[in-house]
Amino acid sequence: MPDNAMPTEAKNPAESPLIEVKNLAVRFHTPTRIVEAVRGLSFTLGREKLAIVGESGSGKSMTGRAILDLVPWPGEVKADRLAYRGKDMREMPTSERRALRGKNISMVMQDPKFSLNPVMSVGKQIAEAYRLHHNASRTEARERSLAMLEAVQIREPGRVFDLYPHEVSGGMGQRVMIAMMLIGEPDVLIADEPTSALDVTVQAQILDILDSLVSARGMGLIFISHDLPLVASFCDRVIVMYAGRVMETLNARDLSQGKHGYTKGLLDCLPDLDHPKERLAVLNRDPAWISDGGNTP
Amino acid sequence: MSTPAAEISVSGLNVHFGASHVLRDVGFSVGTGESYGIVGESGSGKSTILRVLSGLNPKWSGDISIAGAPHPKKPPRDFFRRVQMVFQDPYASLHPRMTVDATLAEPLIIHSIGDADAKIERALHDVGLDGGYRFRYPHQLSGGQRQRVAIARALILEPRVVLLDEPTSALDVSIQAEVLNLLQDIKSARNLTMILVSHNLAVVGHLCSRIAVMKDGRIVEETDVKSLRAGQVKEEYTRELLAASRRAHAIAPA
Repeated sequence: MPDNAMPTEAKNPAESPLIEVKNLAVRFHTPTRIVEAVRGLSFTLGREKLAIVGESGSGKSMTGRAILDLVPWPGEVKADRLAYRGKDMREMPTSERRALRGKNISMVMQDPKFSLNPVMSVGKQIAEAYRLHHNASRTEARERSLAMLEAVQIREPGRVFDLYPHEVSGGMGQRVMIAMMLIGEPDVLIADEPTSALDVTVQAQILDILDSLVSARGMGLIFISHDLPLVASFCDRVIVMYAGRVMETLNARDLSQGKHGYTKGLLDCLPDLDHPKERLAVLNRDPAWISDGGNTP
Repeated sequence: MSTPAAEISVSGLNVHFGASHVLRDVGFSVGTGESYGIVGESGSGKSTILRVLSGLNPKWSGDISIAGAPHPKKPPRDFFRRVQMVFQDPYASLHPRMTVDATLAEPLIIHSIGDADAKIERALHDVGLDGGYRFRYPHQLSGGQRQRVAIARALILEPRVVLLDEPTSALDVSIQAEVLNLLQDIKSARNLTMILVSHNLAVVGHLCSRIAVMKDGRIVEETDVKSLRAGQVKEEYTRELLAASRRAHAIAPA
């Protein structure tokens, strides 16, 4: 689809970034004040693993939701540009935007316990996600779902298919969610803290699955997390957010050399098994971070 | 590290929940003033150990003694003056309709301890909250502040033993650092005996000297932090846990 607004990219749509976000702002109008969840966030996503990290309340989840148009009322989303493959999503009719969701861009939520339908077997939920976007028969959807369950390394897909969410463990539930989100074969996957409710050993497995699926399909992944060391080893690029602003964007492998005070502070306050410290450093928040954002000296 | 006086000793502890055998012949001992860590996956039974020790789980078999006395199935009231527990989720463990003041006063009333006013003031001071927080409700506090209140509630009775069930896993890393520092200060100031349960090896390694690794209701290995750091572990499972935790924290501090 050629896009008049961005002629340079329209020439070669395959080359245009999967997601472009320019000056994104998410605000909540409450009776007493306006809460600014995201203030002026810009980034582009190619076929890569991009991490958004920050503490709770830094606006990282709202960024993911804004891309999918899932910001709850009374939230207001504003941006100079919010594009999927060079096409601005803000100008799309609601139906077109809804069609993107799940088929082209999908999101894995943090907690499978709250995000799966408790009264529907997990297999049916996956099949439903497939049939929503593909004109497929029930049997075909079932076969695809079983294949997908196998792809996320569930050992007995046939048995798990008929289980209800309360009958599966946290790690299995998270894999079910990933299966459900990937069955539409999206180009962009937004994963909102997909592993933070899981044990370290299970966490490693889930990350391996995500990693192989992302590289096998050439997807773009936005990985939302509060765990800096985790994203440093898993992602390609990292955006560090604080109070809705970008503090710093860097290559994941350079995260330990982060220059911004906030990035350093977050790294310093981690206990480390191999480098014991007498006392942990405590993060001192600089009010200037909110006003001047990432523009550090 | 061998300790002459064991504050807590547990042997042959078994717990069944219906048909499932949750704890299988668990045994360990913790010296006075020592902090002991228990790590393992969810469902490995680590929280159940704390619930048995704190008297919240009356159905168990085995031998437990705390401060030299055998641990009763239904502990008397003054037992709770010696043993207190801090729970995982500070959002769930404080009563939403009780102010910080009322939350801290309750244990004092239950144990008929006078001088509540000064004690509450000091308990808040000890966890680094000033008087301005005393008449707030939990929803007016951040996660870290709530966990401080929960710790203050446990400490206000001046217990000898504090049981901590994942005290920082619901918190941001920046807040986690504050809470861990606080626990360390309290530990050294009061000669407290602590048992810390966590799935995070780095957190346990930071606070504890000896660590038990649990799997499927058993303690598969007991080790100290030094050998853990050096990778001198016997069990394959401990090695896996260590590798997973190193992988997740593969970044060297600047």
